[in-house]
Amino acid sequence: MNIDNRTHRNPLFVPFAQDRWGNSLLLLLLVASVAVAVCNLVVPEGSPLHVPTYVVTLVGKYLAFALLALSVDLIWGYAGILSLGHGAFFALGGYAMGMYLMRQIGDRGVYGNPELPDFMVFLNWQELPWYWYGFDQFWFAALMVLLAPGLLAYVFGWLAFRSRVTGVYLSIITQALTYALLLAFFRNEMGFGGNNGLTDFKDILGFSLQDDGTRVTLFVLSAFALALGYIICRWVTRSKFGRVLVAVRDAENRTRFVGYRVESYKLAVFVLSACIAGIAGALYVPQVGIINPGEFSPLNSIELVIWVAVGGRGTLYGAVVGALLVNYLKTWFTGAFPEVWLFFLGALFVLATMFLPKGIVGILQRKWSKN
Amino acid sequence: MYRLIIALVLGCLLYSGAHAAEDPLGYELGVLAQTKLTKMPAQIDVLVALDDDRVVAVLQAMLDGRLYRRKADDTLFIGEPGEDKSLAITDPLGVTGDSVAPATDFKRIAVNNRMRGQLRLAIAQLNLRSDDEEQRFLAAQELLGDTSPKVIALLEAASRSESSGRVLAVLADARALAALQQDDANLRYRAVEELSGNLQPVVLNALQALVEEDAGGIPLEPDPAVLKRARQAIAGIRQDAEFYSNVETVFFGLSLGSVLLLSAIGLAITFGVMGVINMAHGELIMLGAYTTYVVQLLMPNHLEYSLVVAVPLAFLVSGAVGIAIERGVIRFLYGRPLETLLATFGISLILQQGVRTIFSPLNRSVATPDWLSGALEINPLLSLTYNRLYILVFSLVVFFLLVTLLKKTSLGLQFRAVAQNRAMARAMGIRSAWVDAMTFGLGSGVAGIAGVALSQLTNVGPNLGQAYIIDSFMVVVFGGVGNLWGTLVSAFGLGMANKFIEPVAGAVLAKILVLVFIILFIQRYPRGLFPQQGRSVD
Repeated sequence: MNIDNRTHRNPLFVPFAQDRWGNSLLLLLLVASVAVAVCNLVVPEGSPLHVPTYVVTLVGKYLAFALLALSVDLIWGYAGILSLGHGAFFALGGYAMGMYLMRQIGDRGVYGNPELPDFMVFLNWQELPWYWYGFDQFWFAALMVLLAPGLLAYVFGWLAFRSRVTGVYLSIITQALTYALLLAFFRNEMGFGGNNGLTDFKDILGFSLQDDGTRVTLFVLSAFALALGYIICRWVTRSKFGRVLVAVRDAENRTRFVGYRVESYKLAVFVLSACIAGIAGALYVPQVGIINPGEFSPLNSIELVIWVAVGGRGTLYGAVVGALLVNYLKTWFTGAFPEVWLFFLGALFVLATMFLPKGIVGILQRKWSKN
Repeated sequence: MYRLIIALVLGCLLYSGAHAAEDPLGYELGVLAQTKLTKMPAQIDVLVALDDDRVVAVLQAMLDGRLYRRKADDTLFIGEPGEDKSLAITDPLGVTGDSVAPATDFKRIAVNNRMRGQLRLAIAQLNLRSDDEEQRFLAAQELLGDTSPKVIALLEAASRSESSGRVLAVLADARALAALQQDDANLRYRAVEELSGNLQPVVLNALQALVEEDAGGIPLEPDPAVLKRARQAIAGIRQDAEFYSNVETVFFGLSLGSVLLLSAIGLAITFGVMGVINMAHGELIMLGAYTTYVVQLLMPNHLEYSLVVAVPLAFLVSGAVGIAIERGVIRFLYGRPLETLLATFGISLILQQGVRTIFSPLNRSVATPDWLSGALEINPLLSLTYNRLYILVFSLVVFFLLVTLLKKTSLGLQFRAVAQNRAMARAMGIRSAWVDAMTFGLGSGVAGIAGVALSQLTNVGPNLGQAYIIDSFMVVVFGGVGNLWGTLVSAFGLGMANKFIEPVAGAVLAKILVLVFIILFIQRYPRGLFPQQGRSVD
């Protein structure tokens, strides 16, 4: 009771003692972003402390994935909604950013057409489709990064939660959703670059994407976005709203009988989560330099669920830890033993669900409290 | 004794040499080898007039550009270019045997377009006299639609000596087509009458040419009665064509439905009866397909029996893997469906990579036995391929066997008892753990059988399962979980819907539309087409 009162007083600023792990994570992000920036830009090349740019970009990519994992943990860990199609929201945010970057190329494309992106010239299109209008403005693209996934999540969630599609049924139709989008984005007629997607980006807001400074800035932005996302998610889950979500997760019907409009709560958190996933996608695209329909593949969406499961579901920081760890392992395995990676990932799925119900964070916490 | 043999051999050689010189075909071929291109048509006519069985091969080779002249002695050979500029040559006279010679010693006999037409006609003409009924049939079909007087005379002559019914029918069609050009309106009317209802494309073309209008809007056909009858006939043929194209679409829909049914029915058992989400279901299908591949590797000389062996074997392989999955993993996760989903997905990744490591990531080719290849030709517009036909029947057989198993046997009774109320079933003395393993093994085994069938339709590769898992779930959820009949209706319904949208929207869009439809449908009816009745609430 006591604790509840304190958190409700000011949920945005949680005292250190109440979220030691989360605050450590935030601190770590701050330190890392400063350190990486300095080690890449100030420390000269050849020095053992120098961080090469490709590492900066790689870690920046991990941070975008961590933000995505955070969005999944928000709905899976706190509202019990297992979405197997969250990669779709990530990819939509990525496509919105990709469309902006595509328009920034201007007449520097292979065909030198100032109006049309290369793939449209290649397909013999005469003019820009209407849904590409406005993407030459950064503010519009940024708005779309939030709106496109948010709207889809709103419509889909409104339909699904209102008719009480829950549990595995919801998981399966979210998977069908991302599968349908995968098929749709593969079509050239859609006007999103078809199979090849959007790539060959040149610059963002006038800064060249090849520049070390731009890359470090994107990395720092990813770290800040992750920190901000974490604070928002923590605030949401510790507020009264978050308490109701946990009640929905644990006993949906009882919560409904008590008088809460369960579907509104679920819908709100689902849309929030989709927007966060969209932002993660928008941060991911300029760093890796490509977005293609493969991001919609159901496999990606399931894989990111396992990041959360490995890290520890329902803790927020667990999702971040899981995403960073699994992605690091993936980079290492696919470089060293590409054959073994899928065996390892598969085993991770099985072992994490059977033996790590609370993830790595759960084990660490138990050890910590014992000491 | 030896002398006698030598004498005989010498005699034979001498005789054959003398024979070659006396052979009129040999002589005329020699002339052909020295003829200029402009004079060749006349020489071809001479060859045809020889009435020699060996001429067809020569003319065919000439048409295909495989007839060669040896530069040294102007002798003609049928040649097949091989590697390193060599030429495998055959003597059209059949005197000297086959051999291989350098291609530089030969010159190809060139033909022009006009001669190609002449050659085709000549070949068909010669084939019409063949002793082989199939040859005559094909030749008659080749000549169908050709209305030149020469051909008509040829057909008249052929139909007088013809005895086979189907060849006669084609010849009659060909003559009726020719009669459309007659000056006598009565003859034309009779020809149209005869041709109406004939579904061959060439007939439709001929009739359309008849009713075509010139620039002034006046039909080419002067006689109003013939014109009217021809228009009627065209309308009739069009109607038939539309009907048969619809029948074909229905067949494709049923075929897709049978594939969906096969891949989903195992899932209907594990998901529907047990409530277990098995994301590795697609990989169990894949294992069945690979079992077929291995069976064919093991018995390469008995391909026609390979599927008969593969079906029970695939059932056992996939069933065993399924039981292992149930005992090893799923058993510990009952009551936690989302965790089951993730764990089985992990297993699917392991199985995929396992197959990739053992059999290579490339697609493996599974042979189709003779009795499954080819098509059942119902008429010129409609033919149904045997593999799809058999798989349709096979899927229904599997379905009804499963329904019988679940509804009529004591094992099925136990399955259903455990599915409905585990605690009560245990209280009645049912070993629920054993039943779980058996149910899961059954569902997995059926997936393996589906793999055998799919190996006949698609590529067998590590990603085979992934392609079907989402579709299978859609079928089960759309039909209503826990209801096998719902799965049947939904599989065929979705298959049909897909194939009927396809011509309008294209294959990919059709798939997207069906997916979106299912997503919306489940929002409205979360329990599918045929929901299980009950009052339980979680």
